Amino acid sequence: MSALRSRRHREWGLAYLLLAPALLIFAVFTFYPFLRNFKLALYQNPPYPGLPSHYVGLHQVGSVLASTSFHQSLVSTLLYVVMVVPVGLIGGLLLAVAAHKAIRGMAWFRLVFSSTVVTSVAVAAVVFGTLMDPVVGLLPWLGVNPHPAILENPTWALPAVSLIAVWQFLGLSFVIMTAGLQSLPDEVLEAARLDGAGGWTMFWRVTVPLLSPTLFFGLVVGTIYAFQSFGQIDILIGPQNSQFTHTDVLLYSVYQALSIQDNPGVAAVLSIVLFAILLVFTLAQLRFLERRVTYAGD
Amino acid sequence: MARVNFEGVSKAFDGVLAVDDLHLDVHDGELLVLLGPSGCGKTTALRMVAGLEDPTAGTVSIGDVVVNDVEPKDRDVAMVFQSYALYPHMTLRRNIEFPLRQQRVPAPERARRVEEAAGTLGLLDLLDRKPGQLSGGQRQRVALARAIVRDPQVFLMDEPLSNLDATLRIQTRADIVSLQRRLGTTTIYVTHDQVEAMTMGHRIAVMRDGRLQQVAAPQDLYERPANTFVASFLGSPGMNLVPASAEHGAIIIEGTRIGLPDGTPTVAGPVTVGVRPEAATLAPEGIPASVLLVEQLGAETHVICALADGSRVVVRQEHRAVRPDLGESVAIRVDPLQLHLFDTDTGARLELGR
Repeated sequence: MSALRSRRHREWGLAYLLLAPALLIFAVFTFYPFLRNFKLALYQNPPYPGLPSHYVGLHQVGSVLASTSFHQSLVSTLLYVVMVVPVGLIGGLLLAVAAHKAIRGMAWFRLVFSSTVVTSVAVAAVVFGTLMDPVVGLLPWLGVNPHPAILENPTWALPAVSLIAVWQFLGLSFVIMTAGLQSLPDEVLEAARLDGAGGWTMFWRVTVPLLSPTLFFGLVVGTIYAFQSFGQIDILIGPQNSQFTHTDVLLYSVYQALSIQDNPGVAAVLSIVLFAILLVFTLAQLRFLERRVTYAGD
Repeated sequence: MARVNFEGVSKAFDGVLAVDDLHLDVHDGELLVLLGPSGCGKTTALRMVAGLEDPTAGTVSIGDVVVNDVEPKDRDVAMVFQSYALYPHMTLRRNIEFPLRQQRVPAPERARRVEEAAGTLGLLDLLDRKPGQLSGGQRQRVALARAIVRDPQVFLMDEPLSNLDATLRIQTRADIVSLQRRLGTTTIYVTHDQVEAMTMGHRIAVMRDGRLQQVAAPQDLYERPANTFVASFLGSPGMNLVPASAEHGAIIIEGTRIGLPDGTPTVAGPVTVGVRPEAATLAPEGIPASVLLVEQLGAETHVICALADGSRVVVRQEHRAVRPDLGESVAIRVDPLQLHLFDTDTGARLELGR
């Protein structure tokens, strides 16, 4: 009995020993900053750097949430997400359906379609920045020349940066949709073919409903991805034109508050809002997927 | 209803022949069982009738129409899959009426036909449920209902009972047979289970390694197998096959001469002799053997014996018969009227001459 107990103790000890490196890294780089963030939100920074910040309780949270710039940022973020996610999902689905055929050389297309997921956001931003350049870009070559230039244009700048996010998300979306399609039961699709379903009916009445858990998973992943966009905005718009606020999505506002305005308190409040939004999405996903598990088997 | 005809049909996957030069005529209204071990090409043959696989060579026809280039949906065949292949997101009603919707059958007629099919299979109370809420047996009945609601020319069934437990399998087997006999729809039924084949088919086509071995009515197949493969595949346990030598009017197994009253072998020398377990008995005199194993099945007992050359012979006894002990030396008597002779090299059946 006691031998058994001591063995169990030893096993627990070993388990924690093996977990220790990961726990340490999480503690330093995730848990501590996460908790520290809540504290930061309660302290207001003085208007001049170098002076000590002082405790203001929830006052700062209230003022940030009531500010026009926060509202604008929230609207920009939602617009951005609405532009990126559906287009990325549908695009990925269409590419996956197109590539889900046993045709010679299709593996190469799959590689190409999924490649955007491993492309660095900086590279993507520079490439798209060049294409959108008002002098040497693709658009002037096509005869399209908005004024002000597309990346300085209050109407078009947000769609332009969202296009880059769509392009990048397309690869991930394609991979998710392809995995989903491959997991569909062949016999159900064959039954539908024999039952007389044409391509259109097949897609809408059989494939898409069977794929709905995958679509929802893609929706959540895509939403989280879109909320976390930062790179292309910073590279294409940020430093050159910090007065331009039309592309200030939430994460970028966090960065601006922290790095440009040197105001950790405001940045902390904004990042908590971002965290809360993403938490709600993730919980919604878990709830939804739980209800749908009956789909998986039979 | 229609006949189905395979004319020299072959199918290769990556150069490997799954079906090799199949000639087979499925009669109008019959239930033909395609029987064979896994990988013998029976499912591939079925899928070529459905249009889910294209033949590499030869022609498949339904009725008098060559369907090689006809789309699956235009072949007027209904298929029942092993996995049932129901639409999980639709209610049973929607599942069963799905093919009718594709044919743009008007709603009132659709409803009538769905109720009729569901009634036939005892599913009327379940029409508003989804497949996930049903048992395996119920799901298989939904798959059958979805097939019969179309009133197709041909039913194709791919091991439809394999996922059911033993009791349900026997019951559903009987349901399918009575349904098929009543509707009279030409049916091709794929299985690896010889009991299913024997009990369900008007005729059985036995396949092995992509090649058709024999087509015959179940009893004919059992009584006159065309080769050693068919002989040993049918029956539970299958036919015993032992080496022997043939001479005029008799065969000799392990030094025991067995005179043949109804004919004489047309060859002399080594042959393979087939003996059904029920055609062999333990007797005071006969072929010497020793007992390896005794299996009691309730109504009957299988005594598994080894001859001196190592070949095994199963003897089927009534349960009341005296059971020998393991390792005991026994003698096996075979009924000379129930012997089968096969060519030792090719395995082909040898008929007796006068």
